Amino acid sequence: MPETFDEATTLKRRTFVAASTAVAGLPLLTSDRLPASASTPTPADQLSTVRLTVNGEQRTAQVDNRTSLLDLLREHLDLPGTKKGCDQGACGACTVLVDDRRVNSCLILAVMAQDANVTTIEGLARGRGEQLHPLQQAFIDHDGLQCGYCTPGQVMSGVACIAEGHTGSRAEIREWMSGNLCRCGAYTNIVSAIEQTAKEA
Amino acid sequence: MATPVVGQRLSRVDARRKVTGAATYSAEHRVEGLLYGVIVNGTVARGTVSRISVDAALGHPGVLHILTDFGSLRLAHPVDRIAFYGQPIAVVVAETLEAATHGASLVEATYEQQAAVTDLDAPGIPSQTPADEPDYSRGDPAGALASAQVKVDLELTSARENHNPIELPSTIARWQGGQLTLWDKTQWSQGAARTVAGALGIAVGDVRVHNEFVGGGFGSGIQTYDHVRLAAFAAREVGKPVKVVLTRRQFYYGAGFRPASRHRIALGSSTAGRVNALAYDVRIENARYQSYTDGLTDLPQFLYGVPNTRTAYRVTPVDVHSPCSMRGPGVVLGNFALETAMDQLAHELAVDPVELRLRNEPTQDEVNRIPFSTRKLRECYETGARRFGWSRRHAEPGSRTDGDLLIGMGMATASYHNNRRDCSARARMHADGTAEVFAASADMGPGTTTSVMQVAADALGLPASAVTFRLGDSSYPTAPLHAAATTMASVGSAAHTTCNALRAEFIRRAVADPNSPLHGANPADVRVRDGRLETSGARDSYRDILRRAGLPSLDITGNWGPGDADSKISTYGYGAVFAEVSVDPLLGLVRVRRIFAAYDVGRVISPKLAHSQAIGGMVGGIGMALLEGTVTDHRDGRIVNASLADYLVPVNADDPDLDAAFINTEDPQADPIGVKGLGEITIVGVAPAIGNAVFNATGKRLTDLPIRPEALL
Ligand code: FES
Ligand code: FES
Repeated sequence: MPETFDEATTLKRRTFVAASTAVAGLPLLTSDRLPASASTPTPADQLSTVRLTVNGEQRTAQVDNRTSLLDLLREHLDLPGTKKGCDQGACGACTVLVDDRRVNSCLILAVMAQDANVTTIEGLARGRGEQLHPLQQAFIDHDGLQCGYCTPGQVMSGVACIAEGHTGSRAEIREWMSGNLCRCGAYTNIVSAIEQTAKEA
Repeated sequence: MATPVVGQRLSRVDARRKVTGAATYSAEHRVEGLLYGVIVNGTVARGTVSRISVDAALGHPGVLHILTDFGSLRLAHPVDRIAFYGQPIAVVVAETLEAATHGASLVEATYEQQAAVTDLDAPGIPSQTPADEPDYSRGDPAGALASAQVKVDLELTSARENHNPIELPSTIARWQGGQLTLWDKTQWSQGAARTVAGALGIAVGDVRVHNEFVGGGFGSGIQTYDHVRLAAFAAREVGKPVKVVLTRRQFYYGAGFRPASRHRIALGSSTAGRVNALAYDVRIENARYQSYTDGLTDLPQFLYGVPNTRTAYRVTPVDVHSPCSMRGPGVVLGNFALETAMDQLAHELAVDPVELRLRNEPTQDEVNRIPFSTRKLRECYETGARRFGWSRRHAEPGSRTDGDLLIGMGMATASYHNNRRDCSARARMHADGTAEVFAASADMGPGTTTSVMQVAADALGLPASAVTFRLGDSSYPTAPLHAAATTMASVGSAAHTTCNALRAEFIRRAVADPNSPLHGANPADVRVRDGRLETSGARDSYRDILRRAGLPSLDITGNWGPGDADSKISTYGYGAVFAEVSVDPLLGLVRVRRIFAAYDVGRVISPKLAHSQAIGGMVGGIGMALLEGTVTDHRDGRIVNASLADYLVPVNADDPDLDAAFINTEDPQADPIGVKGLGEITIVGVAPAIGNAVFNATGKRLTDLPIRPEALL
């Protein structure tokens, strides 16, 4: 039975073909329609209390031992500015500063961040977020972003790249910023933003 | 006259939110009582689920529900059997992401497995002619090819590609009564609303979709995939809001892809370099349950207007999920075949590749036999060649070195149809003299929020700071999907038309109002700037008109559509792409040293953002040329490199400084703001320019994408 609602399945020159077919209504299994349900509480030994400083503020959270620092920030501390692009250490979208070093927060368990000093994108601007960090401003000026999803990671990584002194040339910046993927392809402008900020620092 | 806002080098209006982490993407909305859903994927490519065991998962702390029966939910593929590896077979809903993820790993299924074929080159798999892609022919291509003085005949291939935007597909679904709200990473909120309504059997008016920020899409967010429908379904079943975010691995199964392709192209030419014959055969992988075709044959038919031309499009259905549009869908690969063949022909004729193209510049659209609206391709070649330094190219392949490296230059033509679609917009003037414009469009990165505002500001006679363009909500006026380079022309023209109407309405009210200083003036004499309505002698303002009327705001809704313009004029964007590469002959390593492209995309609304989009498309083209390819293990249909560590996309160090220029022009026949789409054309031409540069560096004609080091050893 064809689906009747119009879903674009193809987009090409001068055509806009709605073509989508589905065999509807046949369940994978003939079982009770209601989902199987349960509710086992999480045992206490699988939970931990983490105390850490985030953007200058003391924070305490009870987390599942499996929780990554990234998910702690995004799902528990209401700091979704740090992004998840792969959860595998391959894209850099989750870059934050831990004790002033850039790290992929998806590769760190929250419990490992006990007593750590974490800076996220939300904590970079001064004066309650009013005064942008010079690199944030440079990203705006050089248009070092498009969709903006890799941007927090790029900016945090860029801040560290400058602090590390890996900004001697555009080629050096490129090399040291290659852990941060940008699928929109803003690399040329990202390099310009970092280069200018490093020069003025 | 105030300086027009269109054409100003503005920074994007949402840049501050993006660089401070304040831009809220789909998965990040705060919703009370949110549960986490994780999809369990099947592990065979064809068959049925014979048993699914959920007990261990249900016993896992924090797991609340497991859905294995999708009831009457409609998906785009069969639900009574497994049609592809990775097809969803269950959804685990839990209090936390950790519990849902762990729970999903504990669901066990056994399958009734059937022999599956996932390789489009497997022997004995029949190909089909898709219904919407009949064979095309004009003139006598076979005869012209047979009698051609010079012939080029190439076979080319490309690997499957995955879009891999950095934001993962994400959906939050919340029911309140019978009303469904979705925060979804979609390029088309209204399409998602319709599809989800159809999938669940509810009224479209009961679904509202929000997508204010979209973290890249490149086509992967056009269709409404399983995870969106399952999030809505699960939320309804469990009676709580549910968030589903695919993992990066799941992305390779949970969204479409650019299909792997096989091409053969033959060109016949006179010794004078007049191409007289073209034959193009192309074949792509397809799912068995759904037909997908794209623009592969467009440029071979259109670009050089070759008098004797035929094209044939085939699809090979196998046991995979369906491909979908990915940036420059089809066009980019049809153009790769064409432009690689043109480069080979130029080499065999010993004619400069730019010169060969100039000799074959048509005077009309030979496919539809209609005139071009604007075609500034000659200017693109000229500007591109000059700014790139094309004259420094050595015609003899392998004749230029830099230390141990071989250096080569290559070029390719780019083109893309100027897609425009019907669009509505609402414009609202507020009592404080600021304006808002609304349309259910999206902004996955090109800067729509900024560029449509620029158009609206000029139409209203307001500065940029006084106008906001709002998108990302399916309840806004109807807009086309945010794809196919359609948005600027369609949404921009709707904003332009509607804002013109709103300005006219204010003028009409002023000249009719005895209390207005403009009372009795001829409306045609009234100019508007900075929110002031002026004739040579008198002045009123939006604010005063609203104050006198006692209105907090005034709205107008308008529409724009291309009508039948495409049957009368041929409107395309054009470009000339120039690349320089180095090749390490010992390692086979290709490095792109420079790319410069010149584009005719009509009027450029927002030059700073347009430049970013142009060089961003080049990065995608570098990936296509040198890095990207999805690898399937054809024994079971599993994707081997389903991660960003193993599926290579360009990193910062893979890219040189990229640059582009725009030919100063406009296309007023295409749409009232004179623009032609930019989003797609910027990836077109990049891969063949790089491949042709590799040929120039090495003398090796490489016809398989991506170009891997082993091909050069
Ligand atoms: S999300 Fe951490 S590196 Fe990709
Ligand atoms: S701006 Fe979109 S991924 Fe970098």
